[in-house]
Amino acid sequence: MKKCRQCSKPATLHITEVRKGEATEIHLCESCAKDYLQTPEPPADSPDFEFDKLVEADDESLEGIDDRICPNCGITFKEFRSQGRLGCPHDYVEFASDLNALLENIHGETQHCGKLPRRAPDSSRRQHQLIRLRSELKSAIEGENYETAARLRDEIHSIEQSLQSGQDSASEPVDSSD
Amino acid sequence: MDLDSLTQQSGDWLRGTGPESDVVVSTRIRLARNISEFPFNTRTDDSTRARIVKQVRGALDDLAIPTVLQYIDVSELGDTDRQFLVERQLISRELSEGEGARGVAISKNEVESVMVNEEDHLRLQVLASGLDLSGCWQRIDQLDDAFEEHLTFAFHDHYGYLTACPTNVGTGIRASVMLHLPALVQTREIQKVFHSLQKINLAVRGLYGEGSQAMGDFYQISNQYTLGLSETQVLEKLSSVIPRILDYERRSRQAMLEENREELHDQVSRSYGILKSAHTISSEETMHLLSSVRLGVYLNLIDDLELSTLNELYIQTQPAHLQKLRHAELDSAERNKARAALLRQRLAAESEND
Repeated sequence: MKKCRQCSKPATLHITEVRKGEATEIHLCESCAKDYLQTPEPPADSPDFEFDKLVEADDESLEGIDDRICPNCGITFKEFRSQGRLGCPHDYVEFASDLNALLENIHGETQHCGKLPRRAPDSSRRQHQLIRLRSELKSAIEGENYETAARLRDEIHSIEQSLQSGQDSASEPVDSSD
Repeated sequence: MDLDSLTQQSGDWLRGTGPESDVVVSTRIRLARNISEFPFNTRTDDSTRARIVKQVRGALDDLAIPTVLQYIDVSELGDTDRQFLVERQLISRELSEGEGARGVAISKNEVESVMVNEEDHLRLQVLASGLDLSGCWQRIDQLDDAFEEHLTFAFHDHYGYLTACPTNVGTGIRASVMLHLPALVQTREIQKVFHSLQKINLAVRGLYGEGSQAMGDFYQISNQYTLGLSETQVLEKLSSVIPRILDYERRSRQAMLEENREELHDQVSRSYGILKSAHTISSEETMHLLSSVRLGVYLNLIDDLELSTLNELYIQTQPAHLQKLRHAELDSAERNKARAALLRQRLAAESEND
């Protein structure tokens, strides 16, 4: 009979722990097992988690580009690297050259070949523009630049209008490739 | 929506009647989507989040799908109610513990759900009983199209659907199949399965993301890649592998039965006995024993229990469910008593009906 790994009493509970895809066997007596099971687990393994490690591993090759900043949302590449999350859709364009290597590592590919939205991609570009203008508007108001703010507000308004009218006409389906 | 009404029912995916339900508990597909005019939720303030909610709710009012999705404002819910939705697999822990304007829209049978302002603006989910990847895909594809009539999703010609985390970019799809693998765990063959799944880039996780046997021998198998494969290719890859695992588990169950019938019969009967008679029992022990009893039901060693009852007990013995059923806040010791009482009552009723 196996002995408890904590106190060497006979083990009555045999636990298979799976962490990071590795299964390990743990043999415990009843009282140690109770303690063991009541201790909270470390964060579960997830693709995101592995992705963080991946970013770490790429440290050297990424040096020097850390301070690059997305003009749309204001996130720096460094912030992205530390939190593993991007700030806005435009980051994919802004940081494209560096993201390509990452995406290649994560997915083995960089080209999407699934579903396409029914909308015209043109409207997407205008949406990116909206993100940028709105963040500019926010800082204009914070900096009390009311003239700039008024201009930005009008610009945002006109894009919103064109998107709205575009919504009614641009709903023909685009080829979906699957 | 009145959450208390949900305690009286259980989601369709718990029926235990879907294809291959002797091993496959449920199939789930989720899609990550972001509205292109807003930053990702890493960079949204509360007023922007509120606008995202408003846009999504506007779309929900006029969504061209056969079912009605009802919106629940998660930011207004107390701790127990949020945990209750997590236990039912309708929202993630991340949404539950998040901040600011956020919510979930769910269909009455809990098949469709849409989280708003999780890591991505929208997380669409379809959940089905048993193995049904193509059925889930059809539903979620329709749901996605219906939203698209009202919302413009962030999309890039080269990268596809854009997501806050690059691990989801492209199709934004995560298809996962929840398996109950007690025989592979007991015979320690499970490592081989993990190893071969890893080789072909499929991920393995526990019931709610954790991965220990204490969580009842449940494992979720899902795709890791979202870029460079079409949704159909992702589903085909899973569909080609799952039957091999099912076969492996079934053969292991039969082998256990043939080699050690008496011992196995004793083990599952003792597990059943504890569940029917305990007066205080932890969540972990419950999961462990229910798993053993479930194996007994599959192998006809226990013949007075339905799979659907076992499925419901998995959910109803979770902490928030116990508290909702009792209409009271219970501490850990009180929950252990309430859990034992529920098990005794439900299992006694089940045996009588037989």
